[in-house]
Amino acid sequence: MIEFLSGLGRSGLHWLAVLGRASAFLFRVLLAQDAVVRRFRLTLAEIYSVGVRSMLIIMVSGLFVGMVLGYQGYITLVNFGAAEALGGVVALSLVRELGPVVTALLFAGRAGSALTAEIGLMKTTEQLSAMEMMAVDPYRRVFAPRFFAGFLSMPLLAALFSAVGVMGGYIVGVGLLGVDSGSYFSQMQAVTDWHEDVMSGVIKSIVFGFVVTWIAVFQGFDAEPTSEGISRATTQTVVVSALAVLGLDFILTGLMFGDM
Amino acid sequence: MSKDPVSETPHVVVEDLVFRRGRKLIFDGLSLTVPRGRVTTVMGPSGTGKTTLLRLIGGQLRPDSGRIWVDGEEVARLSNRRLYALRKRMGMLFQTGALLTDMNVFENVAFPLREHTRLPEELIRNLVLMKLEAVGLRGASDLSPAQLSGGMARRVALARAIALDPDMILYDEPFAGLDPITMGQIVTLIQRTNKTLGLTSVLVTHDVVEAMAISDQVVLIAEGRVMDSGTAEEVRAGASEWSKQFLGGYPDGPVPFHYPGSSYRDDLLNGAGRDRD
Repeated sequence: MIEFLSGLGRSGLHWLAVLGRASAFLFRVLLAQDAVVRRFRLTLAEIYSVGVRSMLIIMVSGLFVGMVLGYQGYITLVNFGAAEALGGVVALSLVRELGPVVTALLFAGRAGSALTAEIGLMKTTEQLSAMEMMAVDPYRRVFAPRFFAGFLSMPLLAALFSAVGVMGGYIVGVGLLGVDSGSYFSQMQAVTDWHEDVMSGVIKSIVFGFVVTWIAVFQGFDAEPTSEGISRATTQTVVVSALAVLGLDFILTGLMFGDM
Repeated sequence: MSKDPVSETPHVVVEDLVFRRGRKLIFDGLSLTVPRGRVTTVMGPSGTGKTTLLRLIGGQLRPDSGRIWVDGEEVARLSNRRLYALRKRMGMLFQTGALLTDMNVFENVAFPLREHTRLPEELIRNLVLMKLEAVGLRGASDLSPAQLSGGMARRVALARAIALDPDMILYDEPFAGLDPITMGQIVTLIQRTNKTLGLTSVLVTHDVVEAMAISDQVVLIAEGRVMDSGTAEEVRAGASEWSKQFLGGYPDGPVPFHYPGSSYRDDLLNGAGRDRD
């Protein structure tokens, strides 16, 4: 029992220390954000690598999620004779929840793990140290552009996911199951509120983008400089990001929609 | 840059340096001076903190106590800006080369020039080609770091280290893991850069023969302090028992062959079946 408690204490202290290091790291990265403008070409290259190259997986996933929503929504709605409301169901599910959450999970797996592995490897091969010794600040040269690229890309990818998902729902609902095309879009327009639904989704995706990129870049920076350390850091990025996204989603949903 | 390349004021002074990593004491009152414009080699067994010493000199680590002056400036007390200004005047050659893997050889050497100067592209190109020519790798300028052998990577890193014409170069294990030909090339390059550019060179290594051949001053460190120092001849002649063992490469002596532990006899006779956890 004592051993269990001391283990719990150790683990608590460990995570507290990690949180402290991560916060200090974030502070320095935020202070270095002027580099995003000064090194605009570098930032663009990172946006390409983090955002543009994640587009395919986001679009394909969005299409399938939209198609499944179309199917499931139709099966339920048709029982109540409300199949025409399918467009609204698909759109609300996507912009409020699935768009930001699923995109963030995919983003952590695709771009987050790549960021961690890249930075971890730079640390292991002493590239970060070499930059410091060449009087080049890695916070400005490496971390700030990557952090900004992730932070910017995530909401855009979530918007893309939702847009493609709506089209997926349309393909199944209208194309295969015979829902009226006009009703699909008019229902969508009628029930989706710009502030309440779209903006809440956007806020979520901005928060998730911030948190996932923070975790990914920090895990790379904090990785033990061995191959095992990088592998552990990459796994941590995906696991911690996923938990953080799901936990934050609950809190944000409560704050924005509930009377918590 | 108007300083006399071989003047009497030391380039680096380390005084009573104490440094711990976790609970392990790495340096325990280490003091040494590095004369300007000369080759100084710090030697010692693996794990004595030779690389750590370079990182302390470069300001990447801070001493627990004691002081380090580089070019008259106390490294640990410098603001980030002044530390970076100081680093522009020193180059460091990492053991693995530490080339930036997302750039080719040319861009790696151009990197410090692009970061710290606003020279026109044509001039940068010429400078990079001159530096690469000096290390014999002008023909490899389009290769990526992944296509280079270990020795080539170190030569490119040397070209990069001298790109900004520093006053001092720190070499971290420059001879480790090299074949004899490449080793000879690196030895020649270190000597040549030191002589032609009038640089202060600080090498940390445990390759005794090569280091003794090119050093003006040798410092032997172990157990966190200086064991012996002087010219190669002085160190050889007045060697302590420890230094004799290190320089001669004898397997046993003041540094025991066996890692300290309980008695072998006791371990064999009484240790059977005990919990090794």
